[in-house]
Amino acid sequence: MSTWEPVIGIEVHVELGTASKMFCGCPVVFGDQPNTAVCPTCLGLPGALPVTNGTAIEWLARIGLALHCRIAPFSVFHRKNYFYADVPKNYQISQFDLPVCVDGWLDVTADGEEIRVGIERAHMEEDTGKSLHQGSGGRIHAATSTLLDFNRSGVPLVEIVSRPDLRSAAQARAYAQDLRALVAELGVSDARMEEGSIRFDANVSVRPVSTKELGTKVEIKNMNSFRSLERAIGSEIDRQIGVLEDGGAVIQETRHWDEEVGATKGMRTKEGSSDYRYFTEPDLVPLEMPASTVERIRTDLPELPADRRHRFGQLGLDSHLVNVLSGSDPDLRRVFDEAVALGADPVISANWITGEVTAVFRRAEASKAEVRIRGSDLAELVMMVKQGTLSSSAAKEALSGVMAGEGSPREVAEARDLVQVSDEGLIGAAIDQVLAANAEAIERLRGGEEKVLGFLVGQVMRATGGKADPKLVNALLRQRIT
Amino acid sequence: MPIEIDIAHVARLARLALTPDELDRYRSQLAVILDHAARVQAVDTTGLAPTAHPLGLSNVFRPDEVRPPLDVDEVLSQAPSARDGYFEVPPALEGA
Repeated sequence: MSTWEPVIGIEVHVELGTASKMFCGCPVVFGDQPNTAVCPTCLGLPGALPVTNGTAIEWLARIGLALHCRIAPFSVFHRKNYFYADVPKNYQISQFDLPVCVDGWLDVTADGEEIRVGIERAHMEEDTGKSLHQGSGGRIHAATSTLLDFNRSGVPLVEIVSRPDLRSAAQARAYAQDLRALVAELGVSDARMEEGSIRFDANVSVRPVSTKELGTKVEIKNMNSFRSLERAIGSEIDRQIGVLEDGGAVIQETRHWDEEVGATKGMRTKEGSSDYRYFTEPDLVPLEMPASTVERIRTDLPELPADRRHRFGQLGLDSHLVNVLSGSDPDLRRVFDEAVALGADPVISANWITGEVTAVFRRAEASKAEVRIRGSDLAELVMMVKQGTLSSSAAKEALSGVMAGEGSPREVAEARDLVQVSDEGLIGAAIDQVLAANAEAIERLRGGEEKVLGFLVGQVMRATGGKADPKLVNALLRQRIT
Repeated sequence: MPIEIDIAHVARLARLALTPDELDRYRSQLAVILDHAARVQAVDTTGLAPTAHPLGLSNVFRPDEVRPPLDVDEVLSQAPSARDGYFEVPPALEGA
């Protein structure tokens, strides 16, 4: 088998969904007309000074705590100096050796195996403007000019750096997806990959299996979906193994993923461009976060996706149901939790939520209808099926009535005449009637023709307008005949 | 001890096109500054916390509130070149 082991680390950039930018009061917008959310600070005009958005720092700590990081009691901003047209100050305000969050981890499941991915750091910085390369279909190398939109310039950006703990493209994808879900759960970013509000870069190297020393790493950029992230890393691993097996050496560089070609491509980079000459940002004072603030933010954390999956498992849901329910709409998960808290069976409730309830929601979405369901409704529905008051098909009909706002399951079942008859007296009377009219059938049944029983059950069901509990009809019939 | 300065590299990082004469002149001027920095660095600072900022303040925050941005026409009127609401600059190489 394979004699090479891939070693992968992921860098994630998350745009925070604060109202205003990181160091000025311009609104955080997406898709607006270019340069309509800019001011002297985010345009880098001379003399403009940054002032830190306190909410963004709290949200960074929120992310850090969700990733089990230590929150530094003291941290500072640095200037990262480089020249690029979308960085108007010629430096990006970032953090260097004293970031806000350090030393965390995230547990992810890939290929049925749980792995703990170390988080080296998570720090605060500002986003750059957006460049649009003109000429030859937007291609960088053939561009005749570059257009700049600074609406994104200065948007709060959190960089999360993993340790090189990932060993396959599939693991890297699982990590990226779980991290995205976590950030979305925290409510600090809309985390939309297609809008660039969460972006992933990968550091990939390979080494001979069971060696410790890391190989030369290559950074991959331009992966615009989870699928392209997995493909890009897989293709880069293969490329590096190919180079090494041909006796060559991997060059440390940044490579772009080309979705159409299905391969990474080396980028033209200027020598010395990575000499960022970090120094402390003199325009900003340090950040201090006392333990009391850290604890307040920690207490405020919602249930995290990994914890929730674990809890669902403990409720008796199998891994498939855990996955489907975890991926369900948060409102539906809340309905599930409420129903279970009211004593409804977790597995049955989960099946309803991920099955029929989701189906009704999807249909309603398509027809733009308003539907809703409360936890108490689901609990009542599950209970009524268990008690035999509703057949499972009647329960589906009751559910659609409930979700259309017709009332509680019991009210809908009564109004729509769905309640199953479980009254032994009523059913008994119907049976007697049927038996009296079918003397010949009884003889055949007594003679061993079992299928006749089905016929008789059918007759009784018809006599009760289809509302008798079929199980009860069956039992009572047998009692009377034998 | 004289400090080795790759003055051409420093100039390149700062995007300065310097003549050989200028390179020589700035190399010697920069050497004086670095010399001074070396003397500061030689001071024994054991047990002293690094100074992150001379003001001695921390946590100067602004509330997360939006303030009106500038008018786009006014913004672009300052630019040497603009097109369709964008600033326009010579083609930029990625990662340059």
